[in-house]
Formats: sequence, structure tokens, C-alpha cells
Amino acid sequence: MGSTEAILSAQMASKYFSVNKFMASPMPQMQKQCDGSSSASSAITRQVEKNETNSFAAKIVGMQQQQLKPRSGADRAPSFPASSAMRPLRRVRQAQRLLAVSSDVLKAAPAAAAQPAVTREEALELYEDMVLGRNFEDMCAQMYYRGKMFGFVHLYNGQEAVSTGFIKLLNQPDCVVSTYRDHVHALSKGVPARSVMAELFGKATGCCRGQGGSMHMFSEPHNVLGGFAFIGEGIPVATGAAFAAKYRHEVLKQSSPDGLDVTIAFFGDGTANNGQFFECLNMAQLWKLPIIFVVENNLWAIGMSHLRATSDPEIWKKGPAFGMPGVHVDGMDVLKVREVAKEAIDRARRGEGPTLVEAETYRFRGHSLADPDELRRPDEKSHYAARDPITQLKKYIIEQNLASEAELKSIEKRIDDVVEEAVEFADASPLPPRSQLLENVFADPKGFGIGPDGKYRCEDPKFTQGTAQV
Amino acid sequence: MAMKVLREVGRKRSGAAGIGGSRGFADCAAAAMGVAERREGGGGTKAVNLFTAVNQALHIALDTDPRSYVFGEDVGFGGVFRCTTGLADRFGKNRVFNTPLCEQGIAGFAIGLAAMGNRAIAEIQFADYIFPAFDQLVNEAAKFRYRSGNEFNCGGLTIRSPYGAVGHGGHYHSQSPEAFFCHVPGLKVVIPRSPREAKGLLLASIRDPNPVIFFEPKWLYRLSVEEVPEGDYMLPLSQAEVIRKGSDITLIGWGAQLAVLEQACEDAAKDGISCELIDLRTLIPWDKETVEASVSKTGKLLISHEAPITGGFGAEIAASIAERCFLRLEAPVARVCGLDTPFPLVYEPFYMPTKNKILDAIKATVNY
Repeated sequence: MGSTEAILSAQMASKYFSVNKFMASPMPQMQKQCDGSSSASSAITRQVEKNETNSFAAKIVGMQQQQLKPRSGADRAPSFPASSAMRPLRRVRQAQRLLAVSSDVLKAAPAAAAQPAVTREEALELYEDMVLGRNFEDMCAQMYYRGKMFGFVHLYNGQEAVSTGFIKLLNQPDCVVSTYRDHVHALSKGVPARSVMAELFGKATGCCRGQGGSMHMFSEPHNVLGGFAFIGEGIPVATGAAFAAKYRHEVLKQSSPDGLDVTIAFFGDGTANNGQFFECLNMAQLWKLPIIFVVENNLWAIGMSHLRATSDPEIWKKGPAFGMPGVHVDGMDVLKVREVAKEAIDRARRGEGPTLVEAETYRFRGHSLADPDELRRPDEKSHYAARDPITQLKKYIIEQNLASEAELKSIEKRIDDVVEEAVEFADASPLPPRSQLLENVFADPKGFGIGPDGKYRCEDPKFTQGTAQV
Repeated sequence: MAMKVLREVGRKRSGAAGIGGSRGFADCAAAAMGVAERREGGGGTKAVNLFTAVNQALHIALDTDPRSYVFGEDVGFGGVFRCTTGLADRFGKNRVFNTPLCEQGIAGFAIGLAAMGNRAIAEIQFADYIFPAFDQLVNEAAKFRYRSGNEFNCGGLTIRSPYGAVGHGGHYHSQSPEAFFCHVPGLKVVIPRSPREAKGLLLASIRDPNPVIFFEPKWLYRLSVEEVPEGDYMLPLSQAEVIRKGSDITLIGWGAQLAVLEQACEDAAKDGISCELIDLRTLIPWDKETVEASVSKTGKLLISHEAPITGGFGAEIAASIAERCFLRLEAPVARVCGLDTPFPLVYEPFYMPTKNKILDAIKATVNY
């Protein structure tokens, strides 16, 4: 175990170092986008171009412009740009992986036309959503330390670009499934901030009537299917929802003219090692479900570094292993995420099946508010703090003259008011009535039946005291 | 011979409760299990809390057996409850290591290690997460020796997991799943009530030649402080302990619930009801003789646990005692347990079997 561990960590260290080298220059990437896209190519081509200039291997398998011959023993995939940092064994393995791509995936790439830069309205919408996410989470931390909120609270600071980039492209019937870090996913999908805050306070006006708290955000009108405290637990649920969407569209002929309703499952890097994840990748591709698996890779699962817990830390590669495209995107840049999201969502709506997207992102705070966050190196934290998605977008907006500083400030002020109002609303809301404790265990609110005295058991005061004869 | 050490255990909900952490080792009779060892090493005792006691036990276990391993999620840096601090530094990453986030994999992997003659001490980060591992534990761990005709066994397997309410845990950080495992022949389930018990029972569980699931009450990790012997010692499995002698009613509980029961006993004593309190310690195979002897003396029984009442382990105790002591019982066996709902967030105080509920039930039973 010891020597393997040593080899593994050396491999991982070199990989991580090369990742760092690649990611060390955020501005040039933004520059390219600011040029109004240097060519008519899509985000994918740009990624491929960038790849040839650094040692981090080609990020997108399955969306390459190169022609791939059908799988056969004699044909080998086109070789990657050779990299001295990679061992020969890895290169062979990577080349072998390329073969596992179905050719119909390629058709999507040319179909994706040139993405224009965002319009002013879109940019402001993205900005507002990210600022809402950030301010809301900061307020959560404040409320937690003041004792208004309790339990386990996991904050999303730093990862806003992923939520905003994906969810702002969805319509009302599209579903979102999340993890315990779900406040901002709910907010992006349209759940009012006051509902989410009231839920966090455990009040009756919360989106789940105060039943679940932080890790269980559900909303039927916005199709937010939760909030799962258990990692990986939401992915099969999302897969089922995607199946329902496909059924509605193809059999019942009931969905929107845009195409299939899309489901997005968000989860983390640690979950990518869990059995449920792989089972669902298989099912989704097998049945070509309109689902997007979004991995928010923030490199840490509480205290476990992703690089030390995963045999191959490049999660996007797991997509082609199951026959679906795997895409890696810079999750600290909302415009890049949005471009990839557009293509993935369009694919799903057209019925071409699932996509696995790995978004490289970072959480600025600890795993939860109870986490002292001692294990992450300060230079790693400052590296990602410099790539704050909100700052990046702000800079882009101002440099592109999409809006003035004053307008952005007014958005921030408005969001501050929204969040303050949410706190006041939550404070003023009543706690749930005691009778709610027994509701919704079964469909029939009186589902505990009738007691020996002829009354419904749930109305028997002794029932809530736990001493009744059940 | 026995030194009684009484220690206050602070509990926000039910106020202070004293747990009689008692007596010397001579009280523990040499059990039929044959695992009780009464080595008093090092001499001294030290006041430590539950997670430190667990930590000490793990240090000793890894020290004494070079083929024992500790693994689970986040155990490398010490674990989210600090139970595994210092182990990775002292014994190396070969023996104390993190696993990826896959409970099913962790349990199965542990079974494999144990089957090849090692002591695998796996941690499931919260008992609520044990359900993906349930299949491996029930279908493999419990049946390994049986179905291989004793060719192989996974006796070296110990699964440690924090369980139980913690005040703010909500649906998925507060469950008590012991009843599910009590239904499986081939597994042992052990639950300590205090630091001294935890260290002795954990060492006994690790060294027991059967797969054991060791649930630690997470509420007590920091709150429960007791004098714990610094050396290596074990407490016998499958032996219940009578913590408090009485004559009017027998109360049974385990884990954190005993603090609540202890408080209820004190209050009942003020009303002139003399309660006998038993800590079951090992849930399966459970010590029927001790409980039967106690009920034969008092004629009344009350069982209390945090898990939902229907199908909880209290049901098994009630049925067994009703069978064995039918003619002696003077009142129906009372169970004061959690409600039949998923573990709630805001309603936790209403859900839990609190001291007042227990007190009401004691009085109702005694005055039947």
C-alpha cells in the first residue's frame, strides 16, 4: 500500500501542478472571449485549441472535430498531443478511451453554432443571480452565528458560476436536483429568497414548511426536487425525473414545443466515486435520457482531497466510458459554464441523451459552518479567490460596456434589500404547529389509523407524548 | 473493592444527569463468551470524554495487533468527531487511511480484509449513511462463516458509527438504525453509554471473533466525561449491567438514552418509586438472563430508546420478557420511544422520548 500510495501521489501531484499551470492565467481566457470570439467556433473548439498548448490533456472527448472511425481493433484513435508529463501507459490508456465514443455524438458539435457574446440583459441577469447567491449565503453564516439558524449548513460561496450558468438557461418545467449545498440552486431556479430563508429558520412559511431545513429544499412550482443530505442519493431521483420527461414528450406528447424537459443533477467530486453515480450514467445513456450530470468539483470532500481519493481524478472522462460526452469546464467563469450548458441542454432537448459536465470550482468557506477548514492550503485558497466568479463577470461587463459601475452597484443594493427582507420575513414567520409533526408520514394525514378510543390516533394528545398504545 | 465514580453529564435538553460510572472489573463475571480480560495496565485513570476514550481504544487496538486497520471517510485527519486523531501519524497511512465516499464499497472491502484474517475497523461517518452498506453487512458479513462452512469468516470486522440524536441533526444525522441490524443472525450490535464503557466495549468488539457493529452515541462525544483507565481492558459482550438497583420497576435502555432514564429514576425516587436501571450494552445477542432476573424481582418493565417505537428493539425485549415472565408481570411492558415518523428537524424535542414521558410511563405502569 505504501509504495503504491507514493506513486499515486507523485502522479497526482504532477497532474495537479499541471492543472495549476494551466489555470494560473484567468485573464487570457477572458480576453479571448472578450474579442467577441476569435472564430466562429464553439466553446468546445476553443477548449481544444487551448489544450494543444499545455500538458493538461484534451478536455473534451466525444466532441472533437476530428473524424473518428467506428470502433475496430485495427483503427486507433488520433493521437493526443504528446506530453512529456504523461507516462506512456497513461497515453495508451487515454487513446483506448477515445474509442469508446459513439459517433452520433459528433453531429452535435457542428450543429452548435457560434455563440454570440451575452447581451446586456443576460449579463445583468447572471450578475444579479450570482450576487443573490453570494449575499444570501453570507447572510446565512451571520444568522447561524447568531443562533437563528441551526443544524448543519453548507454554504455555496465561490461556486455561484455553476449554478447561475446552468440554471438560468432552464425553463419552469425543467427539474433541478441538488445536494446538501442547495440554497443557491433553489434561488437560481426561482424559489423566493424569503421561502428559502424561512425554511432555514425552520418556520412554517419555508418552502418545505420547515420540515427539512438547510439540506432539503424542495419546490413543486419551480421543480426543485431537493436537497439531499446523502451524497449521490439525488442522482437516481434525477434520472427518474428525466425518464418521466422523456415519456411525457414521446409517448404522451405533452411537453413543450422546445423539446424535452431537461433535468440537471448537481453533485460533488466525492460523489463521483459512489456506486449510484455510475449506475445512473449507465441508465441515462442506455435510454438516452434528457439529463445533465454536473459535477461541481471543488477538489475537497470535507477533508478528503479529490486527488487522493480518486484513481483517475479527471471525472469528465467517466462520461465516454459509458458512451456519453464528457466535458470539463472552468467553473469559476460563468460565461464559459453558460456556453457549455447551452450545448448540453440543447442536446438533451433534441433527445440526444445525457452529458457529463465537470465544472472545476471551489468553495471559499469550509465544508459546513462547523468545519474549521484547516486542511486546505492558503495558496490554493488565494489562487481560487483571485478567480472569484462575481469579480470576473463584473470586470467583463464593465470592459464590454454592457453596464456601468453604478448600475451594478444598484443591483447589489437591491439584492441586499431582498436578502434583508427575507431575514425579516423569516424572523416574523411562525414556527410550525405541533400537529405538523405527524403530517405527511403517509398520504393520508390521518394515516396512523384509529385508536382504541375511537378517535384518530394523531389527534390523541398521548400520541405526541409517545406513550399512547400504538 | 469497587470504587464508585459519579460524573455529571451535562445535557441541554434534560438538564444534568448523573451516570453511575461504577465499580472495578471484578464485578464483571467471566462471561460464557470468554472475552472478558481484566488486565489493568498503567494503573491510572484519567477523566476523558467519549471520543477520546474511543481514540484510546483504537490506539491500543492498532498497537496490539499489527494486522489491524482503521479506515473510513475523513479518518486520516482525525475524523469529523475526532475519534481517529493521531492514528495516521502514529501507525502510518498504510494502516489508517481514507476511503472514497462509497459506504457499500467500504463495508464490502472491510469484509474482504477481515476474511483474509485481518482486523478491519471501518468507520461509517454517520449511522444514517449505513444503508448502502446494509446489503453487504446483512448478506455478506452476517453469513460469511455460515455459508462457507467455517472455511472463512469475517470475525475481524468491526463497523464503528456515530448514531442518535444530537439536537440539531435533522433527518439524516440523527437516526438510530440498531433495530435493522438486530434482526440479522450473525451480527453483533454493541452500544456503549459512557467513555469507560466505550473503551472497554470497543476493544472487546474489535477482538471478538464475530462481526460487530459498534454504535457510538454522538450526543455524548464531548458531553460525557468519565474516569477511564489508561491501560488495555475489555468489558464482556452480551452482558447487561445493572446500573442502579431498585425494586419497583425495571428500566432498560442503551446509549445516550440511559442519561435520560437515570434522570427519570431520580425523579421517580422522589415519588417513592424505586427503579432498577439496566444498560443492555450488547443488543444482540442480548443478555436475557439479567433482564429476566430483574423483572422477576420487580414485576414491571419499561424500555426506552430513540428509534421509532414500531419495530424498534424494544419490541423484541418486550415480547421475550412477556414470554419468559408472563405470570410474574404485573403490568404491560411499557415502551417509551421515538414516534413513528422520520426523524424531524424542528420537532426534535417532541419526537424524543424525554424524561417526562418516561416518568409518566413509570407512574402509569407502577399504578396499573
